[in-house]
Amino acid sequence: MNHPTEVPTRRDLGTELPAVTEDQRHIGVAHPREGVRRLAQGRGQYVDDIELPRLAHVAFWRSPVAHMRIGAIDRAAAQALPGVIAVVTGAEIANLCKPWVATLAHLAGIKSAPQYPLAIERATWQGEPVVAVVAETRARAEDGVALLQVDWDELPAVLDTETALDADTPLIHPELGDNLCFERALDTGGVDEAAARADAVVFEETYHFGRHTGVTLEPRCQIADWNPGDRKLTVYHSCQAPHMMQDLYCRQFDLQEHQVRVICRDVGGSFGIKVHAYPDDFATVALSLMLGRPVKFVADRLESFVSDIHAREHRIHGRIVASKAGEILAFEIDDLTGVGPYSMFPRTSGIEGNQVVTLTGGPYKHRAYRARLQVVFQNKVPTCQYRGVGHPIACAVTEALVDGMAGRLGLDPIVFRQHNVIPDNAYPATGASGIKLEVLSHEACLREAQRLCDYDTLRAEQAALRQQGVHRGIGVAALIELTNPSAAFYGVGGARIASQDGATLRLEPSGVLTVLSGVGEQGQGAEAVFAQIAADAVGVALDRVRVITGDTDVTPYGGGTWASRGTGIGGEAVLLAGRVLRDNILAVAEAILKRDRTGLRLRRGVVIDEASGQALLDLAELGRIAYFRSDTLPASCTPELMVTRHYAQRDYPFIFTNGVQVSHVEVDVDTGFVKLLRHWAVEDCGRVINPMLVDEQMRGAIVQGIGGALFEECLYDEGGTLSNGNMADYLVPMAGEMPDIVIGHVQSPTRSSQLGAKGAGEAGTAGAPAAVMNAINDALAPFGVRVSSQPITPEKILRALGRI
Amino acid sequence: MNTPLDEPTTRVRIEVNGQPVLRDVACRKHLSDFLRDDCGLKGSHLGCEHGVCGACTVRLDGRIVRGCLVLAAQASGHRVETVESATPGLRLKALQDAFVEYNALQCGYCTPGMLMAALDLVERRPDADREQVRMWISGNYCRCTGYHAIVDAVCAVLDLQRVGAFAAEPLPQVNP
Repeated sequence: MNHPTEVPTRRDLGTELPAVTEDQRHIGVAHPREGVRRLAQGRGQYVDDIELPRLAHVAFWRSPVAHMRIGAIDRAAAQALPGVIAVVTGAEIANLCKPWVATLAHLAGIKSAPQYPLAIERATWQGEPVVAVVAETRARAEDGVALLQVDWDELPAVLDTETALDADTPLIHPELGDNLCFERALDTGGVDEAAARADAVVFEETYHFGRHTGVTLEPRCQIADWNPGDRKLTVYHSCQAPHMMQDLYCRQFDLQEHQVRVICRDVGGSFGIKVHAYPDDFATVALSLMLGRPVKFVADRLESFVSDIHAREHRIHGRIVASKAGEILAFEIDDLTGVGPYSMFPRTSGIEGNQVVTLTGGPYKHRAYRARLQVVFQNKVPTCQYRGVGHPIACAVTEALVDGMAGRLGLDPIVFRQHNVIPDNAYPATGASGIKLEVLSHEACLREAQRLCDYDTLRAEQAALRQQGVHRGIGVAALIELTNPSAAFYGVGGARIASQDGATLRLEPSGVLTVLSGVGEQGQGAEAVFAQIAADAVGVALDRVRVITGDTDVTPYGGGTWASRGTGIGGEAVLLAGRVLRDNILAVAEAILKRDRTGLRLRRGVVIDEASGQALLDLAELGRIAYFRSDTLPASCTPELMVTRHYAQRDYPFIFTNGVQVSHVEVDVDTGFVKLLRHWAVEDCGRVINPMLVDEQMRGAIVQGIGGALFEECLYDEGGTLSNGNMADYLVPMAGEMPDIVIGHVQSPTRSSQLGAKGAGEAGTAGAPAAVMNAINDALAPFGVRVSSQPITPEKILRALGRI
Repeated sequence: MNTPLDEPTTRVRIEVNGQPVLRDVACRKHLSDFLRDDCGLKGSHLGCEHGVCGACTVRLDGRIVRGCLVLAAQASGHRVETVESATPGLRLKALQDAFVEYNALQCGYCTPGMLMAALDLVERRPDADREQVRMWISGNYCRCTGYHAIVDAVCAVLDLQRVGAFAAEPLPQVNP
């Protein structure tokens, strides 16, 4: 299945664009990440690796059913167990932690009900935490959970999104009046007129996207450590947004920032799963406040499946209208999505559906668009933002409709797309949904993808193999991805989630550079990217740069990692701070060297005379004088060798990226099995800082997208119990079934920043489900059948073929 | 450890990365918890604790096992090797270097287990091709990389082995 690949090419991209720094040596270069060598030696420090004096462990008794009224809780036996420290109920926790309601002002009409760390009267999904048992070991805490006697009355569960709004469906939160969380309608006008044209061709189809979840290999975990002496809370947390969590702990527990420190060391995968505030996060903090000692919570895998956010679960009726001549005229979608019993805190569960509305049809020139969205409550695990957030759905619907139409018109899918994408010379542009697109490169990416996959050869091979009964398919998907968000994403809606981010650069006395960033590291390579930018911006060698992230006591205030913002926002702050620090260093050099700074340059850690190239002063000597011999400097010179700069993207609501993916599959029409032969992705994330890291972001994200397209689904039984909530039954992609993935780059830098970098973390997930679904349908084309429900299992393929 | 006193314990003697370790452990404690809690070796990670994800992969008497599926008591009298080995052999060292070189790890959580599985492959299947590498490491989940770079890194080490880079450490005679 995997072609023996050529030796991987390590293509540096730094010289393809004008340099952003004077002596650019690292930006655009595929440097390996030296910072991860310790992880390869087993010397990381994930939350569960941290041990503290008097550390206690919590395990939760979670609702075993989808909806229940909580009766008497008998905790005597659990409390009597040696090693159990406390058994705590929801009402007791609620004395310390305020409830929350997750809404955003700019999602007009969104509603939810007050949610507590532990359920109090009712539990509303299987897995909602109800009782906490704290003990000296996790094993003992679980023993305590097993001894709890909890009475409950099972209540009717709302599970099916299609009937959630029916009059005779029970209300999950009676005080809300219905089971509707959020709805949105968008109509540009012109859809019906387009469909009524004499030359109109219409293609429509219904798409289903199963619920799935992130399965970070390191489960969610934290240690909350309340020190009653200085009234300070330290939370070691495996999360993506430390300042956001600091703010939430402050608000829910009536604390202030100087009392709350959130530390994120190594994070074992995040993907959006770890950017939300979970009930058990607050419960763990409350327990530490109650007990005055550190409390560790580490979800085990079984509770991860019923407590980590889920995502997707959309049903979309889609329609595309084109002229017989091949011009796309209109898109229309009707999206129904289920989000569990509460809108998730603090980002809300309305965003994914909202983005489906915003993004559908995104790459194309049509002007007519109509969309309807209904987001309904149900008694399943809450859903929220997971890698791609709406993009995989919008892209799969759009691209399946586009392919369906190309098929109906008898046009090649790439030719049809080339004809209909917003041309590369038409930017800035506004999409039909109203999205502002600064600069994209659909045409260039389509051309590059066509070249990269040797498209014509693939088509010829496909035709030849069909004669032999081998059914291969080639699936193409064009995509857009929103990155570098402005405050339009959350801030304007009232969420205290920073869109700006800061970086501090400090020249140490020996001439090494310390970088502190509000954007943290969960494996994407943010720290490596910041080091490369800092090294070039200041003018030092890469191995002279150290990066520190993930500590609210230490780093500048910032939003952290989400919406593919780390490099574009955090990296720009590093560049801006680095330029100022370089100037400040040269000002000190001017004083030490007693010569005008004109002609002084900082190159590779040494101040030189630009004209002659002569080395004048190395940074260790400059640092020595600046820090320890200020007596030798003129009174007018105060070295400022620590610089902080912030950056917020304010030119556009979002900076969009784009790309094209091609999937090559073989479908066994007797078994329904899909073999992934190869996958190509051409991406345009603007200026690439480290091509190897961008490649790896693409590959990992593509495989997560393939997971949703082919394997992953949270399956609920009729009573609302998750029936495959373990690692053996919930299928995630394994190495043996994944294809080699070839990445190509086009660079269209954003002009909203000096760096010109856009995000790269989610585009892979956005495009892969579309490309794979289109490839399977291309393979099935000779049979005149299509599949449109993800995950596309062998059973669904065989049903489509009428074989079962 | 704060093991509650009412829990049945047993005394184990296990050679961990070349050092004999003597401990009283809970009878129900699995090898991964023993390594992490009783030996302070945090490199073996727990991703599922039901034997699927492979993050806890270590070597027991030279064969890879799931640390979460072996009781510490079962390992008593045996030899355990983990990724933290203070003196990694040439092959483990080469794998660690290749993982960095090819960015075959992102968050790093699966990496120690992945490396132990890869080491087993390099020693037992020196002729493995790319597809066989993919199949061999399919018992170890990685949610970050998409596997491509991991396969690249392992193949690169196999290539090194083929040109004699590890000749100073001949492969032990092993049963396939």
